[in-house]
Amino acid sequence: MSDTVRERLSADRRKNRPVSPVPARSSRTPLGWWKNPWRRPHILATATWLYLAWSLLPVLIAIGLSFSAGRSNAVWQGFSTQWWWGHPKSDPSGALFVSPELRTALIQSLRLSFVTMFLAVPLGVAFAIGISRWRGPAPAGANFLMLFSFVIPEIIIGISMFLFFTYLLKFVHLGTGAQLLALVTYQVSYPVIIVRARLLSIGKEYEEAATDLGASPTQAVRRVLLPMLYPAILVSFALVFADTIDDFITVRYLSGGANTEPLSVKIYNFSRGTLTPAINAAATFLLFSTLVIALLGVLLYRRLTSGQRGQTQEMTDYLS
Amino acid sequence: VPDLGAPQARTRMRVPWRRRARDDASGAWHPRWYWPAFALPGALWMLVLFALPFYVVVSIAFGTVDPVFQSPLPVYEPWWWTKRYLLEEWHFATGEFRPVEVRTIVYVVLATAVCLVIAYAVAYYVARFGGKRKPLFLTLLIAPFFISYLMRMLSWVELLQPNGYVNSVLSFLHVTPHPINWLDGVPFTVVMGLVYGYIPYMILPLYGFLDRIDQSQLEAARDLGANPFRTFVRVTLPLSKPAILASLVIVTLPMFGDYYTNNLLSGSPRTTMFGNLLDNSMEATGQGPQSAILVLLLAVFLMIPMLYYMRETAKAQRRQ
Repeated sequence: MSDTVRERLSADRRKNRPVSPVPARSSRTPLGWWKNPWRRPHILATATWLYLAWSLLPVLIAIGLSFSAGRSNAVWQGFSTQWWWGHPKSDPSGALFVSPELRTALIQSLRLSFVTMFLAVPLGVAFAIGISRWRGPAPAGANFLMLFSFVIPEIIIGISMFLFFTYLLKFVHLGTGAQLLALVTYQVSYPVIIVRARLLSIGKEYEEAATDLGASPTQAVRRVLLPMLYPAILVSFALVFADTIDDFITVRYLSGGANTEPLSVKIYNFSRGTLTPAINAAATFLLFSTLVIALLGVLLYRRLTSGQRGQTQEMTDYLS
Repeated sequence: VPDLGAPQARTRMRVPWRRRARDDASGAWHPRWYWPAFALPGALWMLVLFALPFYVVVSIAFGTVDPVFQSPLPVYEPWWWTKRYLLEEWHFATGEFRPVEVRTIVYVVLATAVCLVIAYAVAYYVARFGGKRKPLFLTLLIAPFFISYLMRMLSWVELLQPNGYVNSVLSFLHVTPHPINWLDGVPFTVVMGLVYGYIPYMILPLYGFLDRIDQSQLEAARDLGANPFRTFVRVTLPLSKPAILASLVIVTLPMFGDYYTNNLLSGSPRTTMFGNLLDNSMEATGQGPQSAILVLLLAVFLMIPMLYYMRETAKAQRRQ
């Protein structure tokens, strides 16, 4: 290559190099800054951070207030755990783990959410597997019901369940039994939707391969399909638990008396009347138990999907 | 994929099934009842505990009333249904309740519009400019899903109290001479509460969609001379129309049934919404079939958005 050619090449390169469409100086003036098409999206960034602060700071303040030393639930009055475990010097009867009322509610909350979780998820997973392989009008109708229960406002389910147990199924008394039946009905659509999405992305090939290799249908489901569904099942467990322990709409109408009201209903009732930081402690407890379950779910999920790509993508897909 | 132990499995495969059906498009042979058996428990559950309660609601709405106790007497035979109480309630709904219904629609439309503007900005920023911080942003955006709705409302109840932090900040900045009583029937508080409560459910689906938009389409628009704003208006916005519609429905459906946001943040008859009518009808006894009729009206009113949302959910599953 001769020198002239090399020179010409570099000159071409210089000519073709990306030039900033707006001279650097003009971006110093406000108008130039505004007109610069390559500027960073500062306004959007500020809006996003402001939104995040607005969305999460109040909750953090509420958590902080549960450790307040005073009776006020509007102003922080020094650190104390008296609203959690009580304090010998103050009246301990209002604390979350001491007050008999709140303790009963706490146990009821945990009982309802665990039983609902272990009823709704297997029911939903089996339904999702059946519905995605069984063709015809009957499964389409069943799936329609399932989706309907997913999109319907919860208050409609709550009231219709209350009327159902009061006027038709009178042998189911209002209380834990009715609450559980209603909660499972409302929650079962989560695992169905999540697992179905996963099933459709898996396809039938793995199962067919298994049966071609001599597995019985049950073996194919149990040893090939189910392991592939574990991530979706875990996400369903976490979501159903989180949603059930916070639920107060359906449950409130179906609690027979004060002793079957879970913590969420107590928080709702107290929020409208006399608030003490013990209510903040109760809400914080619900939050922590949800986080523990979610964290367990994430850890197990990581274990089960290690080596697979797009985990966060999949998580957001499930939630959206 | 676990080891299948092929030889034994093959002999088990030979067990003669009397009735076998060939799955469409799949080579596997299953007995005809095999997949229905998976779906049946869930389907029966939904039939008995979701469809039947709704029939009870309809039977009460078209039923009669106990002359002494004023309690509803459901009529389960459609040929004996009467429209009398339904018409009476309709009369209420178009007369006495009309301010409530108008207010509900105004609040929901306002809150949804604010939700959309904020949610779109945040989702757009995170999807396009999130960069390395995307996992952090996503965690913060998903966090409200695991914080109970009650907890989030409770934190605002506490912040907005007369001696709460919002008022102290405002008086510190000399914005108002006296603390504002935010929690006493202020429409602004209720609409803000609705926005705060439901916006996370809007951001995530929008993000999920915007994240999947092919960046090369935006680059093409920019290469063809469109400035960022024009690119957004002519390319991004039209592309995201389905996601916007779906997220609007996701948010408005529960808002129409919402009574708790209103009860916690206002509790005043000046801001009563349709959900409050439903809830009040449950708390008062001797209202006859009122709550059943209101539930029916709400369900009919929301039927089109609900069907739309169901179709979108089913479509989203097929897409994955």
